Amino acid sequence: MYKTNKLLKIFVIGFLIFLYAPALLLPIFSFNSSQVISFPLSGFSTKWFGQLLNEDTLHDALLNSLIIAVLSSALATMLGTLTARAASRYKFFGQKVTMGFILLPLILPEIILGVCLLTVLIQLGLNLSLWTVVLGHTLLILPFATLILLSAFNNLNISLEEASLDLGMNAWQTFYKIILPMVTPGLISSLLIGFVISLDEFIIAFFLTGVDPTLPVYIWSQLRFPAKLPSTMALGTILLIVSLILVSFFEYYRRRIEKYSQALTRGK
Amino acid sequence: MNFSDQDKKGWRLLGLPFIFSVLLLAVPLATMFALSFWTQDYLVLKKTFTLANYKEAWFEPVYQKLFNRSLIISMTVTFLTISFAFPVAYFISFYGGRRKALWLFFITIPFWTSYLLRMFLWKVILGYNGVLNSFFKWLGIITEPLTFLLYNSNAVIIALTHGWAPFAILPIFVSLEKIDRSLLEASKDLGDSSFQQFFRIILPLSIPGLIGATLIIFIPTIGDYITPKLVGGPDGLMIANMIQVQFSKANNAPLSAALSVSSLLIVGLISIIFVFLNKKHLRTF
Amino acid sequence: MKATNEDLGHAIVSLNNIKKSFNDIVAVNDVSVQIREGEFFSLLGPSGCGKTTLLRIIAGFESPETGDILINDKLVNSTPPNIRPTNMVFQNYAIFPHLNVQENVGYGLQNTKLTSKSIKNKVDEILDMVGLSGFNFRSSSALSGGQKQRVALARALILKPRVLLLDEPLSALDKNLREQMQFELRQLQKSIGITFILVTHDQTEALTMSDRIGVMFDGIVDQVATPEDIYTKPATKRVASFIGNMNFFRSNILSSTAESVRVESDLLGVLDIDKVNIFGGSKAKVSIGIRPEKFKFKKPNGDKKVKSLAGKLIQKTFLGENLLFSLDVGKKADKVYISLTPSGEGAYPKVGENVTVYYSLNDLLAYFEV
Repeated sequence: MYKTNKLLKIFVIGFLIFLYAPALLLPIFSFNSSQVISFPLSGFSTKWFGQLLNEDTLHDALLNSLIIAVLSSALATMLGTLTARAASRYKFFGQKVTMGFILLPLILPEIILGVCLLTVLIQLGLNLSLWTVVLGHTLLILPFATLILLSAFNNLNISLEEASLDLGMNAWQTFYKIILPMVTPGLISSLLIGFVISLDEFIIAFFLTGVDPTLPVYIWSQLRFPAKLPSTMALGTILLIVSLILVSFFEYYRRRIEKYSQALTRGK
Repeated sequence: MNFSDQDKKGWRLLGLPFIFSVLLLAVPLATMFALSFWTQDYLVLKKTFTLANYKEAWFEPVYQKLFNRSLIISMTVTFLTISFAFPVAYFISFYGGRRKALWLFFITIPFWTSYLLRMFLWKVILGYNGVLNSFFKWLGIITEPLTFLLYNSNAVIIALTHGWAPFAILPIFVSLEKIDRSLLEASKDLGDSSFQQFFRIILPLSIPGLIGATLIIFIPTIGDYITPKLVGGPDGLMIANMIQVQFSKANNAPLSAALSVSSLLIVGLISIIFVFLNKKHLRTF
Repeated sequence: MKATNEDLGHAIVSLNNIKKSFNDIVAVNDVSVQIREGEFFSLLGPSGCGKTTLLRIIAGFESPETGDILINDKLVNSTPPNIRPTNMVFQNYAIFPHLNVQENVGYGLQNTKLTSKSIKNKVDEILDMVGLSGFNFRSSSALSGGQKQRVALARALILKPRVLLLDEPLSALDKNLREQMQFELRQLQKSIGITFILVTHDQTEALTMSDRIGVMFDGIVDQVATPEDIYTKPATKRVASFIGNMNFFRSNILSSTAESVRVESDLLGVLDIDKVNIFGGSKAKVSIGIRPEKFKFKKPNGDKKVKSLAGKLIQKTFLGENLLFSLDVGKKADKVYISLTPSGEGAYPKVGENVTVYYSLNDLLAYFEV
């Protein structure tokens, strides 16, 4: 049995290396002084990062992406909260179908979403703008938000609320002493992951953006210029680090939710 | 219809998200469906019912080729990712111990980073003057750069497999975790070797996870736009690229819609058949 | 005989004609019970009998459709749970997972004007009482089932309620722990002196801990009595079969006078029973119950009311505390069970032998039934 264990472990570590290796190229070539992305490396330089500081279109795109990310993750979290509260607390008519529908964007190819959203917007004669992207991203994020918030709300057993009342607290106190602290990790997780998803999302933004590009759309436009490659790598490195930080926070809060559900079910 | 208290309370909350989903998902899908039966003349839409778009989508060789290629690429990617994913999921579930969550976390981190960047990196890696070629040249393994790496279906398959492998791991992992460990003990008790135990107990019970992983990989990859555009070259383009071209440059949104609906149909049909064939394995779980 | 509600002592909780339905199902059907101050009262019954609903009505989480509930002589029908002088230990303990033990136990005191130092002192005191000293900073996820139960108990008791309500608090614990907790709960109640109302489906639990038991079936309280009376004088046939073990014999009424009834039973022959000893209103049949431990293999001397029953001994089971025999009495009847404490002296009849067992008419419990 040990042999299989060892072999498997080597395989898994190899797999992880294969998984991460391409991403490592980003920092490597961001600091490489040569403009050509190839080996051998020619020397250390931070000039590509410097270039980023001067690109005004980049800054505009970044601002657009941030605004969209904040708005869509907030909107998706709000809608996801309503959904999760309903699904965890009540058994109602059409529950499974509705939930399936809200989770549908998880398995639909994004291009289909992009095409049909664009179709509707054109038919309605609406202008493409940041707001159209916000709507598209909210639709995309909503399933994730719902799933995360569902696990948080499932921890909110009604007996916890009753116990709080029984021990002398009124409804408002129960809300901010019990309900809110228990749901907060879910809210934060949902906002974080929504933010990350929106920030990185390309296809729907590509279809639904008007004149103002988002960051991925901007990156896409830079990809055909070989001269811009290194600075794009530098940008990619920054994005990677930001995503990693946000995802680590997300994992921290997600574990909190799990800890609560363990506390509630252990010993039964 | 009699609505209980629970129904009313549930829907009071669910009302808003549901309306949102209907407006942004159901209506657009329906609109696209309708659009596929119309025709477009430059920028003007003729709303008379016609099946011409579907005739074109299904019978023109150029689209047939694209559909076929997309299916083949997607199925290959699905097969490859699951082949990689299963041992990894197996390892984490049976040997992960207390650090299971940590292993999963490391495996899913790439999921949360930019898909665009990750696919773009493959262009950089596989290119004529790219990372791999220059690396091999630098090592002296080759003198001329390899040309078969990039701008074809192979590159698409490699990139997609790399990008989607983590997705396949999660559903398989969940399935493996659900296997009651006492079942494994029972099989050993009844005389199975580890090899037999795997094929008689573990593999069959992990089928729901395998089915889930298959769908999770197959459905989105068939509609991938970024990867074929970046690394596919003319021979590696997939149906999504055509859908986009028809919509924008070719000013033929109805054809684009027909192609989209057809893709959904094909994917849906294959998925349903696939799940149906494996129905008996999904029974108790 | 009917369910008795004795009026001795002050009734701290008074339930009068309480009725409660959910959709179309009646959970509590015209229940009137007086629970005395300082007693350990159990509500006993099978799952779904309405006992938990009744408890929640006392706690304030459900309001009765009709009827009144008074706690400490005040009408509390519409008083919310946070104001009632009751506190509840929930079946799943309901320990707040984001708070540690200290914060959980001291939770209810945050509304009072106590300083955090005096809250801490009280928490320490109560943790000591439930056997969890030093657990103050344990996180909720690190507690075992038994520990959670004690935290739930401490959390409720620290508020010094007039009435402590316990909803099947021991059902999730293993046997040894359960028995230990039964003992501890009883001791605790006696030492603190407040009224405990416990809901359980476990008759041993109810019999062990309670001063009085209210037995409930299908929303109706069949009997309220001391454990001894519940066991020896069960008021209805279903109480009789729920508590302990019981052999039942069908019989038809042959004739009746003003005071007694003559019945004929297939197995027991013809018997005369005083009407006052038959529970339930007058009906056409009488069901006769005899507990397994009332049968003897040896005929007792000097008892004029001794009767006998013959059959073949077909099984003997050793249950640790007692021996259980089953007797085949033919006539396609159910087996009759006989229970003895192993005394070591004297041989018991062997399995396969034909034996005669003896019982006294005094040990009969008879019920009118349809």
